Amino acid sequence: MLRLSKYLKPYILLILITIVLLFVQAYANLALPDYMANIVNVGIQQGGVGNAVPMAIRQSEMDKLVIFMNPDDKAQVLDAYNLVDKNSSDYAEYVTQYPVLANQPVYVLKSIDKAEIDRLNPIMGKAFLIVSNIQQTMADPAKAAAMAQSFGFDLSKLPPGTNIFSLLVKLPPAQLDKMMASINQKFSAMDASLINQSAVVAVKAEYQALGMDTGKIQTNYITHTGILMLLVSLLAGASTVTVGFLAARTAAGSARDVRKDLFERVENFANAEFDKFSTASLITRSTNDVTQIQMVVIMLMRIVFYAPIIGVGGIIMALGKSTSMWWVIALAVLVLIGLVLVVFSVSLPKFRIMQSLIDRLNLVTRENLSGMMVIRAFNKQKFEEDRFDNANVDLTSTSLFVSRVMVTMFPVMMLIMNGLSVLIIWVGAHQVAQSAMQVGDMIAFMQYAMQIVMAFLMLSMMFIIIPRASVSGGRIADVLETKPTIKDPQTPLQFKEPFAGKIEFRNVSFRYPNALEDVLCNITFTAYPGQTTAFLGSTGSGKSTIINLIPRFYEVSAGSILLDGTDIRQVRQRDLRDKIGYIPQKGMLFSGTIGSNLRYADENASNHSLVEAADIAQASEFIFEKPEGFEAEISQGGSNVSGGQKQRLSIARALVKKPPIYIFDDSFSALDFKTDSALRKALKEKTGSSTVLIVTQRVSTIKNADQIIVLEEGKVVGKGRHEELMEDCNTYREIALSQLSLEELA
Amino acid sequence: MNPRARTPQTRRGPMGGHGPMGPRGIMMKGEKARNFKGTMLKLVGYLSAYKLSIIVVMVFAVASTIFSIVGPKILGKATTKLFEGVLSQIAGTGTIDFGYIGNIILTMVALYLLSSLFSFIQGWIMSGVSMDITYHFRRDISEKINYMPLKYFDGTSQGEVLSRITNDVDTVNQTLNQSLTQIITSTTTVIGVAVMMFSINWMMTMVAMGIVPLSMVIIGLVINKSQKYFKQQQDYLGHVNGHVEEMYGGHVVMKAFNGEEKSLEQFNVYNDTLYDSAWKSQFLSGLMMPVMTFVGNLGYVGVSILGGWLAIQNAITVGDIQAFIQYVRSFTQPITQLANISNVLQQTAAAAERVFEFLDEAEEVHETANPVHLPALKGQVEFQHVRFGYNPDKVVIKDFSATALPGQKVAIVGPTGAGKTTMVKLLMRFYDVSSGAILVDGHDIRQFTRQDLRKMFAMVLQDTWLFNGTVMENIRYGRDNANDQQVINAAKVARVDHFVRTLPEGYNMVLNEEASNVSQGQMQLLTIARAVLADPRILILDEATSSVDTRTEVLIQKAMDELMKNRTNFIIAHRLSTIRNADLILVMRDGDIVEQGTHVDLLARNGFYAEIYNSQFAKLDGNGDGHLPQEEVLGLARVPSQAELVSPRQYIQLAYQALEKGEKAEARQIAQETIRLFPNYEAAYLILAALATPHESVSYLVKALQINPSSKRAREGLTWAVEKMRDSS
Repeated sequence: MLRLSKYLKPYILLILITIVLLFVQAYANLALPDYMANIVNVGIQQGGVGNAVPMAIRQSEMDKLVIFMNPDDKAQVLDAYNLVDKNSSDYAEYVTQYPVLANQPVYVLKSIDKAEIDRLNPIMGKAFLIVSNIQQTMADPAKAAAMAQSFGFDLSKLPPGTNIFSLLVKLPPAQLDKMMASINQKFSAMDASLINQSAVVAVKAEYQALGMDTGKIQTNYITHTGILMLLVSLLAGASTVTVGFLAARTAAGSARDVRKDLFERVENFANAEFDKFSTASLITRSTNDVTQIQMVVIMLMRIVFYAPIIGVGGIIMALGKSTSMWWVIALAVLVLIGLVLVVFSVSLPKFRIMQSLIDRLNLVTRENLSGMMVIRAFNKQKFEEDRFDNANVDLTSTSLFVSRVMVTMFPVMMLIMNGLSVLIIWVGAHQVAQSAMQVGDMIAFMQYAMQIVMAFLMLSMMFIIIPRASVSGGRIADVLETKPTIKDPQTPLQFKEPFAGKIEFRNVSFRYPNALEDVLCNITFTAYPGQTTAFLGSTGSGKSTIINLIPRFYEVSAGSILLDGTDIRQVRQRDLRDKIGYIPQKGMLFSGTIGSNLRYADENASNHSLVEAADIAQASEFIFEKPEGFEAEISQGGSNVSGGQKQRLSIARALVKKPPIYIFDDSFSALDFKTDSALRKALKEKTGSSTVLIVTQRVSTIKNADQIIVLEEGKVVGKGRHEELMEDCNTYREIALSQLSLEELA
Repeated sequence: MNPRARTPQTRRGPMGGHGPMGPRGIMMKGEKARNFKGTMLKLVGYLSAYKLSIIVVMVFAVASTIFSIVGPKILGKATTKLFEGVLSQIAGTGTIDFGYIGNIILTMVALYLLSSLFSFIQGWIMSGVSMDITYHFRRDISEKINYMPLKYFDGTSQGEVLSRITNDVDTVNQTLNQSLTQIITSTTTVIGVAVMMFSINWMMTMVAMGIVPLSMVIIGLVINKSQKYFKQQQDYLGHVNGHVEEMYGGHVVMKAFNGEEKSLEQFNVYNDTLYDSAWKSQFLSGLMMPVMTFVGNLGYVGVSILGGWLAIQNAITVGDIQAFIQYVRSFTQPITQLANISNVLQQTAAAAERVFEFLDEAEEVHETANPVHLPALKGQVEFQHVRFGYNPDKVVIKDFSATALPGQKVAIVGPTGAGKTTMVKLLMRFYDVSSGAILVDGHDIRQFTRQDLRKMFAMVLQDTWLFNGTVMENIRYGRDNANDQQVINAAKVARVDHFVRTLPEGYNMVLNEEASNVSQGQMQLLTIARAVLADPRILILDEATSSVDTRTEVLIQKAMDELMKNRTNFIIAHRLSTIRNADLILVMRDGDIVEQGTHVDLLARNGFYAEIYNSQFAKLDGNGDGHLPQEEVLGLARVPSQAELVSPRQYIQLAYQALEKGEKAEARQIAQETIRLFPNYEAAYLILAALATPHESVSYLVKALQINPSSKRAREGLTWAVEKMRDSS
């Protein structure tokens, strides 16, 4: 994977933006639970009142509150409010908002910032609680008496209806301090949010007393928070979408770049590299493996980068709520990862076996189909059914096992997740009882815990995906890091003009990479323009290898090949191949039309020259049999024309090029004798001054060649014309004798 | 696989693979079944065998879902209780009721356990059911293959049948295994949640439901858009892969014609278009999740606002709102799943339809009700006015009558594609004649069971077919009850025993798929051994051998000659000796039997046979190219490669080998055989001369000199023989 990392470089900016956006996404996703909690807790439960600092308060009530504040706090609180009465300048404005203003003065909160409110909140919250507590107590005469006792006065001695707060004000400071101390002690057991929650009830009551529309306050709060939440959610969604966009661009883009480089590199490979990797493997590497990479890049950017961010973020947030419960999350994560590991270590080997079982099933089916006649002829249907059944039973039981492992895993995973939330509630409840934590925090903790666990699950999945992708990556990198063995020279020479086409082999040897022995050994010969030079030999004698050296499909290991006196390694490959018309052993066509295939040699070839080439190649007959003629479709690999037709089209293609050198690599093998003979006759006229090289196994094809080179085990064992070789070349005579009747040999 | 099935567009991954891009279902609409309802009904019919299991699965799936739906509500109670407890703790009026919370938590644990257990049980059962159905589908298809007329496979590629057995069956399996349960759980969740919501407040439920049509519209839009690009992506992936395959495959040609630039240019066009559709489809497929989350949140806020308002009206409690909100949040996922299910069902129906289609294909004509049993088979075969065509409108054999007596040799001659194997197919009843009849020992072959009929025959075909099993198993294919010794004897008759013994594990060596460990010729010998073991009265032989080395080729011919003894033989003949010695030659041309008779008859008739036979001696043209080589004599349009030739040289080589080993009798026999086949071959006479007494040798050497007056060896031999005779006299 790392070997391919340079392909991500052009996208580094996109990746950085992605990471930033992932932070935004994580932030928004972690914040969303808070907004949701606010809607429920504050908006619905607390009627939209968020804190103990009221927007406005009757002067009479404020007076009660300040009794229970120390002088500093009192000053701060009063400082934050304006007292409004009938004489105030903005009375008209306020009276609609607070109808009670008509009867009594009201303190209205100045516009202060959130920090100020947070500072005032506990002060006023406590005061509200005390006041409402006292008021509640006073409602019950028995309790009221007991309380008054504690304050040091006898309630019964007072006239009924006496305001207890007016008495409290008159209390000596020392006694009041003492009383405050005892109250404060009681509050210390309560945490801030509880005080807050209790106080907001009083605040709500005060709003009602002020004549305010409390329903509206609540609706406003919910709407306001809801909109905020939607905005945050929109932010999360937008960043997720943008991340998706960037990831898609990066993945598809880098895949495109990798694919392009791969293709370009492979295009420049010589046959030696093709032999090294095998064509099929190169195809897989350029197609499937690249697609794998694309998938992984997407996963990388959308999940792998995100998981640690949300995981760490979740941990930070969770620890912010409670530091003592981290072990619960750790436990869940450990158990889940353990589960995933166990499941995969059990099922992965089975997955591998399954693939081979599928192959086996396919194999038996293929055999059943291809051997249908034999099977029926021998009445072996039952036998084959049993054979298939064995494969089927094996496959079924293995896939059943794998599927049941999965069937077991998911409920267990659900159970662990659910168990986690139950455990958090149980442990959390005890924490709450010990005042180490609040209920709301516990719920938030639960949500963060889920996010952390999900992050770990995502990461553990990646441990399975990444190794697989890195195999693909390695396979691609192997190709990209392979340098083509055949390169153009630094300072290429040009062929002499006019180019005649004399080919000279000087002590040429060739050996495949890593092979122990030479395939060709010390080959020397000269092929002249206007002549036909033929190569004859049994399979494996090296005759095809010789001619593959001329267009530099392979590089000679020793010696040199000269064209018109110029070493082929000193010219550009393009210039070299321009001189050669090559006809491969297997007619190889590309998808398109017959015309496009013929024009592959020369894009600007005239229709006339196509017809001429087809005529010579004996292809006209079947081409013009088709209604579309040259426009007839050729499917991929030329699978819709016969072998002989392919060879003829391949020959026609080379003829269109009109090159000074023709190389026929056993190109007549699929032609019937009559066509072969007619073709050669026509060819002889057409190729007049060209150098013609023919590799063949048929003696009849080359009997009239100007020069026949007989090869055996990579060595030249005979050179000359047919008659000469019949006289003095044993190998040639043997081959000829095996093929030709006596009359022909004469 | 045939080339058609390998084009990138139609290529499907191996089983379980749903293409590299995108998961199954969600984005890929795939093909549609032609008869959705009918196919589904049929599938349900299949499922009805598992009625009980499926009912249990459904009940458990529903139960599992309900338990998980109830969960939040009960858990909410624990939170509420905890909250109340905290408040009373503050007020000093009480403590947290851990007993109550503990009870709730225990209930929860029990519920979750049950839910997981039920989900596990239903998954366990369902995977068993779907695997069982998969297994039966596969078995039915494989059995079906054996009862279908060969004709079906003329029009259906192997790849197609394979794809049904693997991909299509697998698609059905996946649907049964996952999607079926998903339909149940998603539906239950949606209904359950809806019920719970309605039980809380109908107005809020209506608001929550408002997101359903909205989500539907959005899902529809996203799927619609992305599908377009997905299809494009697949198409261009096909183009890119196709181009890569083509260019790598034709690398040499591409280079030879300096096509690099052109190829790269084309590649870049494909690659860039692929990039364009790839990122778009990837992007769009990633769109669904965040958009749906947002829509979910929209519903959430709507419910909150309405809930707050209702709470003010005292129409609803705070706890209810809290529970409601949780239900809203578990509403979107099953909806997304359900939205996708129609796609999945369509795909499944299409796959199942293909499977059913195959299973419903017409089978071979039924066996006769009262089959004839022959106690002893003589082996007389009679064709009576046989007329046959693969298609009714294209008659291949018009009116053919002939009789092969027991022990006779019938040679079928003609160019490839002339329909020589048609005769074989008719004899073995792979196809039935259109009119007329084929009789064996006087009985119409349709009066036998196919099994009995085919027992009378054995075939050795040019396309050697061996299966992935040991050599022993492959030979025993000819006769099940043969013991090891009989198998080995058959191998000896087929002259393959020695070769088998040289294999790594001898008779127990497993032949792999391409049988790359055994050459073509050796495979042919094994099929001959198989036929030897079957020991039939009537033999069908395809003589030609391809890509076989000289030695093996002679072995094969000898083995075949051995095999033909004492049987009625139908031979797709390629050898002059076979043809000349045949009791009856059927000359085929363009799918029709144009001539029949013995070699002498046919030459006398001076028709097609005479034409191809005589062409051996005719000059092809004035170009001095010489004569048609031996193979052309046999009238085979497909020109065999050099190795396929049965040349005198190959015989002589064998003779020399025998000579070297000192097997003089063998050498002599081969030389004589050579002369019989190729009367004008000098070397054979030289060998006979070498084996003979000086006196006898003179006649051979003279013959050799007649053939080749300039033969040095013949002259030397003659000189030597004359000297010897002089010495001895």
